[in-house]
Amino acid sequence: MERSRNNILGRIDWLTVLMYLLLVTFGLINIYSSAYNEAHPRLFDFSMRYGKQFYWILLTLVIATVILALHPRFYYFFAWPLYLLSLLLLVMVLVIGATIHGSTSWISVAGVHIQPSEFAKVATALVLARYLSEYNVTLEHFRDLVKASLIIIAPAALIMLQPDMGSAFVFIAFILVLYREGLRAEVLLIGFLFIVLFIITLIVDKTIVLGILLGLALLIHLLVEKKPLLTVKGAVILVATGGILWLGMTLLHKGISLYTVIFLSLLAGTVILLPFIYRLKLVRTAILYGVLILAMLFTFSVNYVFNNILEPHQRTRINIVLGIESDPYGSGYNVNQSKIAIGSGGFTGKGFLRGTQTKFNFVPEQSTDFIFCTVGEEWGFLGTFGVIAFYILFLMRILYLAERQRSAFSRVYGYSVFSLFSFHVLVNIGMTIGLFPVIGIPLPFFSYGGSSLWAFTILLFIFIRLDADRLEMTF
Amino acid sequence: MKDTSQYAGRRYVVAGLVILIALIYIVRLLTIQVLDKSYRLSASNNVLRHITQYPARGLIYDRNHTLIVSNEAAYDLMVIPSQVESFDTAEFSALLEVPEKDIREGLRKATVYSRLKASILVKQIPAVTYARLSEKMYKYPGFYVQPRTLRYYNRHLAAHMLGYVGEVTEKTIQKDPYYKMGDYIGISGIERSYEKELRGRKGVKIYLVDVHNRIKGSYRHGRYDTAAVVGANLTASFDAGLQAYGEYLMNNKVGSIVALEPATGEVLCMVSSPGYDPELLVGRNRRTYFPALVQDTLKPLFNRAIMASYPPGSTFKVVNALIGLQEKVLYPSYKYECHAGYYAAGVHVGCHIHRSPLNLVEAIQISCNAYFCNVFRNILDDPKFPTIYQSFENWKHHLEMFGFGHPLGIDLPNELSGYLPDTSYYDRYYHKNGWSSLTLISMAIGQGELGFTPLQMANLAATVANRGYYLTPHVVKEIEGRDSINRRFREEHLVGIDRKYFDIAVEGMDRVVNGEPGSGSTARIAHIPDIRVCGKTGTAQNPHGKDHSIFMAFAPKDTPRIAISVYVENGGFGATYAAPIASLMIEKYLKGKITRTWLEDYIRKTDLIHGEKQK
Ligand SMILES: [Zn+2]
Repeated sequence: MERSRNNILGRIDWLTVLMYLLLVTFGLINIYSSAYNEAHPRLFDFSMRYGKQFYWILLTLVIATVILALHPRFYYFFAWPLYLLSLLLLVMVLVIGATIHGSTSWISVAGVHIQPSEFAKVATALVLARYLSEYNVTLEHFRDLVKASLIIIAPAALIMLQPDMGSAFVFIAFILVLYREGLRAEVLLIGFLFIVLFIITLIVDKTIVLGILLGLALLIHLLVEKKPLLTVKGAVILVATGGILWLGMTLLHKGISLYTVIFLSLLAGTVILLPFIYRLKLVRTAILYGVLILAMLFTFSVNYVFNNILEPHQRTRINIVLGIESDPYGSGYNVNQSKIAIGSGGFTGKGFLRGTQTKFNFVPEQSTDFIFCTVGEEWGFLGTFGVIAFYILFLMRILYLAERQRSAFSRVYGYSVFSLFSFHVLVNIGMTIGLFPVIGIPLPFFSYGGSSLWAFTILLFIFIRLDADRLEMTF
Repeated sequence: MKDTSQYAGRRYVVAGLVILIALIYIVRLLTIQVLDKSYRLSASNNVLRHITQYPARGLIYDRNHTLIVSNEAAYDLMVIPSQVESFDTAEFSALLEVPEKDIREGLRKATVYSRLKASILVKQIPAVTYARLSEKMYKYPGFYVQPRTLRYYNRHLAAHMLGYVGEVTEKTIQKDPYYKMGDYIGISGIERSYEKELRGRKGVKIYLVDVHNRIKGSYRHGRYDTAAVVGANLTASFDAGLQAYGEYLMNNKVGSIVALEPATGEVLCMVSSPGYDPELLVGRNRRTYFPALVQDTLKPLFNRAIMASYPPGSTFKVVNALIGLQEKVLYPSYKYECHAGYYAAGVHVGCHIHRSPLNLVEAIQISCNAYFCNVFRNILDDPKFPTIYQSFENWKHHLEMFGFGHPLGIDLPNELSGYLPDTSYYDRYYHKNGWSSLTLISMAIGQGELGFTPLQMANLAATVANRGYYLTPHVVKEIEGRDSINRRFREEHLVGIDRKYFDIAVEGMDRVVNGEPGSGSTARIAHIPDIRVCGKTGTAQNPHGKDHSIFMAFAPKDTPRIAISVYVENGGFGATYAAPIASLMIEKYLKGKITRTWLEDYIRKTDLIHGEKQK
């Protein structure tokens, strides 16, 4: 027993642990500055955000120790139970959760608020690792791909119901894991397109979306088949069907929207075109057509769910996330404030505790999602460059560790860690500098908040533990 | 062990993707932090000041486009403690006309809240003080004035319908990120239910301010400013003249008047008495008057028209008649005897002395209790249904179709649903199958467990006026910049009773008011010489004191333009006060003037509040 514990301490990748400690420390410094109050200057003041964060960091050290003390087999065998438990918690949060800022994502246990969605990420990563490391599972099989996708989608869908779109979008990161494990690049592309389509459908008018889809399909058809005449013929048939439909309805004095015309003419066009496609064996056209119809039905159902099934407050919440109804002062206010704060930092920054923009609460949620503003304002370009560069080093270290694993379980898990951290870092920083829509997700180890800090720590230290035993792993 | 080494090369794609995005970010940061100088503040002493641009709240007009609610400017004095330098508090206090100790105390509180964030030091400075202050502002760094608007009432009426505006609570701020500490929000009435339309959208202007508290200009030429959007103006459906007259008549009485336009469901007036002057709840006034209004035992803040529930009394006979006719357990020709009441198996329901027997129309005219006890029993003992449970459910379903037992859905907050009992209620009170139509007989004449709001009663009058349907009552007619109000206010709700039956009920209600003298009409006092008013009186039993006087009516008979319900608490019989008030209201609305001044005087001189207290 004594021997093996010593062994573990010797095998731990201390470089990663050191990087982790540096990130957490610099994060705390910035939270201290962003929430600084002259009346409560002590770091340990529990009434202040930095005080709380400080105690949470101390607690993470305990958590990290416990995680390192457990045998890797524990994570392997308890992957499914933990996953099911987190799904159960996500359901519970919908029933008994507390609503903060229009979204029900917290459970209060004995005065402590926890956010199950944060822990669902860890559980999902474990189960995905367990599933993809099974000997006969391969992503080249459609059935296995569907199962792997379901593992990812189940928690994401429950989180969407809260509705906490930001945390749900994080699960998109797992696509990188699937890619590394053999997902076909085309599937990746189509999946990506559908995500884009999902967001566009909610932002843009449905008629325009349908028009764009149709145009895009014709364009792709032209590029893929390289038979301009065929594309033109197809387009003419579609337009003609639509025209007849519109004319007929108008003559009958029945109002008909452009959306319905396009939608119906595509369906009618299918009936007319199908024999041609079949006779000429236009496989690629057929696939393209299938994707187009699917995309149409998809936009239709997204629209339907959004307008008819969701409650008004859920709609508002999603609109806020997508920036449609976001800012109290009109579009782009939050991001503008964030840019002003970062921009005012200049090359060297205003100095620790000297930031003005981030002090007046002009930047919303400034010690949580917009903590990067404080870095930008007080530490300048040197600070932001340093933080990004350091994050990249940290991410590359994880990627390196993931690739050096012998067991598939550890590798897949490592990739999940890498993907989740990458997604959080890139999206969070991207939104503060106006290059990404504001979908409130935290910056790992920097943002204020116990739940997210603990979840990120657990995520990372499980991997460090797996890595320590990489030479002995038999699963 | 599983091998996916053929995909190992993908690590470079993944790593490349992440590094590429990071590089884009770094270039972006280089641009906004180093290359683009305009983000930098020109001198280190300069600070940005964000001044919220509060849009003017939407105006409210009445149905004749008379301006009722508008805005007046007000100014809050704000302070950012960290920017304050030492100053002459005595001079400052004289300038503001605020005691010196209040300023010191306010400043202390603001500092405790935050040294760096702005707090309100003095709320709603008068315009004159503001003019004087703005010249001397340079002497007081760290202070600035935040313009706002307050409600201004051009006509002091309809307080319950209009509602009031007040500061947002912490809870609302948590729920809706639009609101910030110190913002105003509609708290009741139209101000609350149309808050989203009325409030418009806040904007923000960012100014550069130098060390001498002088605004040096807008930051980056206003590139990051957002314009405030003015709130939408509303046209309320009420008639200010009628509303004022209703409030005038209800003076010194407790109760309410609701008048509807039957064809549209628009609320023509909604009086709840005693009321209050809406100005008492504006700005600084509110702190003074609100506690008194809350503590008043007559509850002036309570909108009786939609929040009080009373038994309908005899007005309910009309409903039972319609249901009986529709279910074919009653025909207009049916005659029932009445010998000063209804007697059956030990149950006795009294009635006044009148000729007997009566047919249906006469029974409505004279309001015979015995007749309607028979009708009610016909409905509940209908052989179409195997047991009373089914016939009761059927009867209750009819009532729900009329809009009883649930909120009608008016566009005002806190509408009460009223009360309809269900069979389990009686199972609990008696035992299962231990009750019969005779047990429930008090509901035949609208007493017992029933509870209707005055709005539901007015809606009943509108339904009869329309001979079979109603439109959901609403208090807002038009929203500026919108094609129409909510679609649900334009849908006709059929109550499921044939028009021909309504014609019979209307005939009875006509005779209530316009029957020959001496024929037993119960509300001849409501008769107006050249307007055909149809109505029905009611008296709600009140276990706590004198009965409530009720009247529901509509007019003119053939082309109804107004449907009305009047409740006078502790007013005794329906004909005593409620009927004359309804009649005066109808005359006022349809003719614009009152010919029967003696009736008006009689109502005006009646004091049911203080008279009661003297006893
Ligand atoms: Zn009688």
